[in-house]
Formats: sequence, structure tokens, C-alpha cells
Amino acid sequence: MSQILAPLTIEEKYADMIRQRENEDGSELSILNLGPTHPATHGIFQNVLLMDGERIVDAEPTIGYIHRAFEKIAENRPFYQINVLTDRMNYCSSPINNFGWWMTVEKLLNVEVPKRAQYLRVILMELARISDHLICNSILAVDTGAFTGFLYVMQYRERIYEIYEELCGARLTTNMGRIGGLERDLSDTGFRKLHAFMKDFPPAFKEFEALVSRNRIFMDRCVDVGGISAEKAIGYGFTGPNLRAAGVDYDVRIATPYSSYQDFQFDIPVGKSGDTYDRYCVRNEEIWQSMRIIEQALANLPEGPYHADVPDYYLPPKMDVYNNMEALIYHFKIVMGEVPVPKGEVYNCVEGGNGELGFYLVSDGSRVPYRLHFRRPCFIYYQAYTDMIKGGLLSDAIVILSSLNVIAGELDA
Amino acid sequence: MALDYTVVQEKLTAKFGEEVKDFTNEFSMLAFEIASDKNVEAIHFFRDELGFNFLTDVCGIHYPDNETARQFAVVYHLHNWVENVRVRFKVFLNGANPEVESVASLFASANWQERETYDFYGIIFNNHPDLKRILNMDEMVSFPLRKEFPLEDGNRTDKDDRYFGRIPQNTNAN
Repeated sequence: MSQILAPLTIEEKYADMIRQRENEDGSELSILNLGPTHPATHGIFQNVLLMDGERIVDAEPTIGYIHRAFEKIAENRPFYQINVLTDRMNYCSSPINNFGWWMTVEKLLNVEVPKRAQYLRVILMELARISDHLICNSILAVDTGAFTGFLYVMQYRERIYEIYEELCGARLTTNMGRIGGLERDLSDTGFRKLHAFMKDFPPAFKEFEALVSRNRIFMDRCVDVGGISAEKAIGYGFTGPNLRAAGVDYDVRIATPYSSYQDFQFDIPVGKSGDTYDRYCVRNEEIWQSMRIIEQALANLPEGPYHADVPDYYLPPKMDVYNNMEALIYHFKIVMGEVPVPKGEVYNCVEGGNGELGFYLVSDGSRVPYRLHFRRPCFIYYQAYTDMIKGGLLSDAIVILSSLNVIAGELDA
Repeated sequence: MALDYTVVQEKLTAKFGEEVKDFTNEFSMLAFEIASDKNVEAIHFFRDELGFNFLTDVCGIHYPDNETARQFAVVYHLHNWVENVRVRFKVFLNGANPEVESVASLFASANWQERETYDFYGIIFNNHPDLKRILNMDEMVSFPLRKEFPLEDGNRTDKDDRYFGRIPQNTNAN
């Protein structure tokens, strides 16, 4: 089977390079392990760096430390049980993953989602985007030495999680939504919390921006660090804020609107040089744009059902399951995966926190997918990291990693 | 002239003739199959002639029930951002010896995605810059997403799904 010779290990490869350089100019290179567990990498991935003093000569990333074989597990589970796999990918913005998965299934099953559910999904997805970008930017500030800003905004992520709780009871791994809509309407408490968040968050975030954005030290650490050109970024498969920071205005919400995104007015912020500071600014501006979208969605939230009328796929209310024979049968059929599923191949994508989150679902008509592939944006753009840090300083590598917002769960799936 | 699927299909047929086939338009995406030795040429054609500037996704599929010559497939998703058109195509590979040319020279993003496909299916990408395992450990000998690998140890006696009418896809019915 394996026609491939065992490749040189990283240590062997680097030992050769060290000897070579020593013979050439007498310089002493050294190998440095960054990770797998290091507080500055925010996740479990390793980079073996070849260092010349403080400069990085070469780097070799090793990933897969929290690989959980989601694609294999998904081939053995009915659709409802796959949802819990998706929110463990990008756990900073799980609702986007959840709804992305439901939309894929709805596309396959040809289920039309009612307007109210679509708007509520938009609200939740934008809240997720805010919490995703918020943690990325505030941790970027922490990595440059500014801890205070992080503390100012972190309680607002908590407030977002409380809104999730009102809908689904969970906070981090939300397992939110159902085929055809949501599991319940957002409660009055949920709306109250949402309105309070909309009122309290902007001043706090303005304060954060005032502290960090034009901070001399922060700018010195970020401007012109880890820049990437638009052509290169596209070649490396960048999507999302990291691509937009390089000046390309590709956004799935605009390119192929889903869940009624065409109803909302919002701008796509773009950067210019694709450096760390641009990525920071793009994410900040996207938070404001997300606020804009939520405001519009709240103002125009339609009345009506919060889920589609698809008894074959939508779990009946628990009250009926215990008291009503038909509901019990439907509940049983759905949970056991005895409902009809068409054959077909479908690709669906949403704008995740880090870019185009795609689901490629091959269904052979059985209760489980024949094949399910997750297009994880992190995994694809992280391969540019080596290129971005070569020749730079070690401290820059930390900041670049932080600003790319590589989420280990999404990287390794 | 907008680049719609009939135009793409015509241009492809003009260029590749018999080697491109099975056009479908399922869930508003054009999908087709192409001969396994034409994948680089096809992606080159899509990138330079038809303006598909973005390689969205590369992944593998295992079809153990097909005849030997078509037991593996590599699936490419391409996207033209200017016209906002997506296509998907498959190349089918031999089950005994799955080999295909790498497209990492055309799109740098294919590098890790092909490594992932190799890691899980054992599909060899020729002329790949650094083909080795990526998510699994280097010492591993199996290719876990192939259908013959069960998710769980088949010898478990404490958990028999057959009593619930379930037969996992990748195990024998008895």
C-alpha cells in the first residue's frame, strides 16, 4: 500500500539545516517547541520552530491533538445526533455551526423554514459572531499585554450565553435548533435579556476600542505584522475576516444569502494589507455590523410559527409524546431514524466565525449520511501560518496566531 | 454573458469530450465526473479559462460496493467569486491502488486537504509537496474513513444494536 518512503522527521530535517548553517557562517540555530500545550497558543497545536536567535527560520506545524473523528462518527448517526458534533468544532460560535448543519439537512429534505425562525436564527448567529470575534480580539489584546480590555468585555460574552440558555438550556455546546426551525420560541426573559444586551454592550465595547485600538503598544505589536496579500490569501483558501482583512470582500452572507440575510442592510468591512491590525479592525467592525443586523431583525421580527410544519422531521412537543399516540409514534420514528430521507449530494455553506463553514453531505437514503465532510475554515487557512511567521520574531508569531483565531476544535474536527 | 451552468457544460464538453460525463444539477450546484488523469488539467482550465478562482474543498469518498476501478472518489468544489458560480466534480479511482495527481501546485490550499484525504482514505496524491498524515499519528497503518473500518470494536458484547433494528453501514448484516 504505502509507496511513500518514511519522510524525515522534523528533528532530522532541522538537524541537517543546523549543521549546514554552522558550516556556512558559524551561526548557531536552535529548535524550539511552541506547544502542544502553551498558554499563548489558545488551543492544542504544536509548532516546531527553527530559531536563529529570536528570528524564526523555519516552522513545522503539527496538528490533530484533539482530533475526534467527527466525520467517521457522523457516518454512523442519524441527522439529529450529528448536531452535537458540529457545535464541538468552533465552540466559540456553536449556534452558527448548528444552524449551518440544519440548513444543510433542510436543503436535502426540501424544508421551508418560516420567516420568524429564520430571523431568530439570524439573531442567534450574529450573537455567536459577536462572541466569537469578541474573544478573538480581546485575547489578541491580552497576548500583547493588555489584560484590562479583555475583562471589560468578557462579561458580555456571558450575557450572550445567557440568551442561548433561554433558548436551548446550554451555553457553550449549544445543540440548538431542529430540522425546520427552532426547538422553542425565544422566551420573554430571552427577549428581555437580548434587549438589555443591545443596550449595554455598545458602550462597553466602545470603551474596549478606546482602550486598545489606538494604543501605541498595541499598534506597534500589530501593524505590519503577519501581512498577507489578497492573491496569496485566496490561494491558501482564506475566507472570513482573515480574507477580508486582506482586502477581498467575499462574504457568504452576501454571495449566497441564507436564512433571509438578504433582508438586512449591513456593510462588509475590508482591510488593506491583511496584517494583524487589519484583522483586528475587521473583526471589530463586524461586531458593529452584527449589532446592526440584530437591531433590524428585532425591529422587523415577524409573528408566526417558529418551526416548519414537518411532522416527519420535527420532534413533537414532549407533552404530546406522553399523551398522544400519534405524537409518540412520530417521536419514536424520528429518534430511531425511521423517517424517509432522499438520496442526493448537497453542499451548503454559512459564514462562520472564521469564514466559509461548509457541509458536504452525501445521502444514500439510509438513516445515516453516507459521507459527511466538514469544510472547516480554520483547517484550511492555518496552513498559511508557516509562511506568515517565517523571518519574523517569535513574539510576532504569537500575535499572528492569536489574530488568525485558530480554534483547535475546528482545526482538528 | 453570465456564466451559467449550460455555458460551463458546453465549454467542458468542447474541451474534454468523452472524458467528462454525468452532468447533474442537484440542489442548484452543477456536478459532474471527469477522468482521473484529467483532474489537474480540469482545475487549470477552470481557474484560468472560466475564472474559478477559489478551491473551496477537497475530500474523498469510499464506495466499496462499486467495481474495483471506481471504489474511491476525490471530490473537488470550485467557486467563481466574480460570477458567483459553484461547481463540484469527482474523479473515481481504483480501489486497489488509488492514485491521483496533486493539485497543490495550482491552489496552495489543496496541500493540507489532500494530506487529510490521504490520511483518512489512503489515496496517494502524486507530486504532492509533503504527503504525510496530518490529523492521525504517523505510526498509524490503517485509513480510518474507509468503510471497512467499523466505528467501534466489533467484538463488544455489551452493546448489540441489532436488537434495535439498527445495522451499521460498515458491518455485515449477520
